[in-house]
Amino acid sequence: MAKTEFDTPELGEFQLTPKLHDGVMAHSQPYIAKPEFQEALGFPGELEDGWEDRAVTRLGELVDGSRALRVFLDSCVKCGACTDKCHYYLGTGDPLNMPVARQDLLRKVYRRYHTPAGKVLGKIGLAGLIGAAEMNKEVLDQWYSYFHQCSQCRRCSVFCPYGIDTAEISMAAREVMDSIGQGQKYCNEIIAKVYKIGNNLGLPEPALVDTLEGLEEDVKDETGVDVKFPVDVKGADVLLITPSADFFAEPHIDGLIGYAKVFHQAGISWTLSSYASEAANFGMFIGSLDNMQKVAERIRTAALELGVKRIVVGECGHAWRVAYSFWNTLAGPFDFLDPNYPAPQHIIEFTHDLIQRGALTLDPSANDEYRVTFHDSCNVARASRMGNRPGGQFVLPREVIKSSVNHFFDMAPETIHENTFCCGGGGGLLTDDLMELRVKGAQPRMQALKDVVEQNQVNYLAAICAICKSQFSKVLPYYGHPMDMIGSVHGLVSNAIQLGTKQ
Amino acid sequence: MSSIEVNGKQLETDEEGYLLNRDDWSEDIVDVMAAEDDCEITEAHWEVINFLREYYDEYQIAPAVRVLTKAIGKKMGADKGNSKYLYELFPYGPAKQACKYAGLPKPTGCV
Repeated sequence: MAKTEFDTPELGEFQLTPKLHDGVMAHSQPYIAKPEFQEALGFPGELEDGWEDRAVTRLGELVDGSRALRVFLDSCVKCGACTDKCHYYLGTGDPLNMPVARQDLLRKVYRRYHTPAGKVLGKIGLAGLIGAAEMNKEVLDQWYSYFHQCSQCRRCSVFCPYGIDTAEISMAAREVMDSIGQGQKYCNEIIAKVYKIGNNLGLPEPALVDTLEGLEEDVKDETGVDVKFPVDVKGADVLLITPSADFFAEPHIDGLIGYAKVFHQAGISWTLSSYASEAANFGMFIGSLDNMQKVAERIRTAALELGVKRIVVGECGHAWRVAYSFWNTLAGPFDFLDPNYPAPQHIIEFTHDLIQRGALTLDPSANDEYRVTFHDSCNVARASRMGNRPGGQFVLPREVIKSSVNHFFDMAPETIHENTFCCGGGGGLLTDDLMELRVKGAQPRMQALKDVVEQNQVNYLAAICAICKSQFSKVLPYYGHPMDMIGSVHGLVSNAIQLGTKQ
Repeated sequence: MSSIEVNGKQLETDEEGYLLNRDDWSEDIVDVMAAEDDCEITEAHWEVINFLREYYDEYQIAPAVRVLTKAIGKKMGADKGNSKYLYELFPYGPAKQACKYAGLPKPTGCV
């Protein structure tokens, strides 16, 4: 197994902006995808002669196809507001992890080939005058390194006076690299598994059914109540689309048990789909609209085949962004669903609504051993919404938690809500080959956590994202916390919910 | 291509040391892999590895952590049916380290 060969960042009294350490993360690169996975996604298997021209052409197609991308590339004035806002910069000190510097890695190639000045000056060897550069192997290496050190969390864009979204630039860079044959193993192998088996894990239907039957037994043993975990039930009211990690990993599975108890107690029929047994859509991470669409279409197909009236999405950060912001254009219209409910609806909205209407009885004292804080996941916080008011994505999860626990404490305001720090493992970087980056990138969140642990004796970090949960269970021990300090929001609901006939 | 040497034979692995061909697996592989990790293999490790292999033969996937802990709890006593115990056996994570020793592919996704 990979041995640790790096130092965990030290936490101080407050968040410091690190000194510059030139090139200190240049070595950090994920494994390259094998040809079979590249080809399964419609990309060339590997780099072939002439890739430089193909990269330039593909970048041109992307800027022509997205006015946003072109504006982001044209409008940076180098004001520096973003420089100390990236968790990977704060955790590593590598100046190429400053969002503006990361953007410039792509911007310089854009300028050279896709702006009038770059075309003219480039021909006479003076491209450098306007910060433009040739596409070559050295540039590709930098792209592969540093566009896999961006978790597309969009924190920098909150502070950019022009609203430049580095995530869009990093997605474009990954799409260009995929299209010339140099994709990332982690993301592309996973997307290929979704096409072949239906989920990121590669969990086939019989294993899914066996796992869910085991959960029914567990809940029955624990509560004496027959809570069901249905699969492929035609005519159910609700189709639950949740990350496959909810079937497999800890503490994710406690969240799944929580959703099932909520459905049970509300008396609403629901089902999972063995065909679309995955909420995650890694097509977004690699910036590939085609793949994003193919993954999203599976959910529409499952909903139509099962004849459901509603779609509810489980605790998964980027999946909620895709569902909330893109499903309608990618795989819509969803006009076959019941118009009386949001389409799609987040499990937090679903549970929150039931709590508001008095349909659930929760006993917060069931969680009295926990002193809880909440980590806003970036894609929920900055790329979507919940409920019917601005900021609902911050309020609703906290209200669900507060209905389920007696002791809740928020982390510092500059680290939550729209200012939230990434867990360090988002955006397709949750892979062991990037462990150094993940540990260092978690530093700002760990700094904020340390404060509430010391001041409020917090011992439970709640989250609503499968990536955040896996990332924290891995990195918490590096910072002196137990790995099981991270938990699902619906894990808390699961403990507090009173099953049986309402009194 | 990466590989691991077992009894004088080179067996293909992926970049992270997971066997590419499940048919290459033998009990000796476990000792070689464990030696690299400074991990001493006991009867308890074998219980886990054997269960993983049986489960994989039936379902073509490693068991969920919950399924594994329950099975180990049944076999070895309720006090051992938890992730904490499994992490004591396999400090790099039961899902990943134990799968590797058992010759299973690495679980992928948000895990």
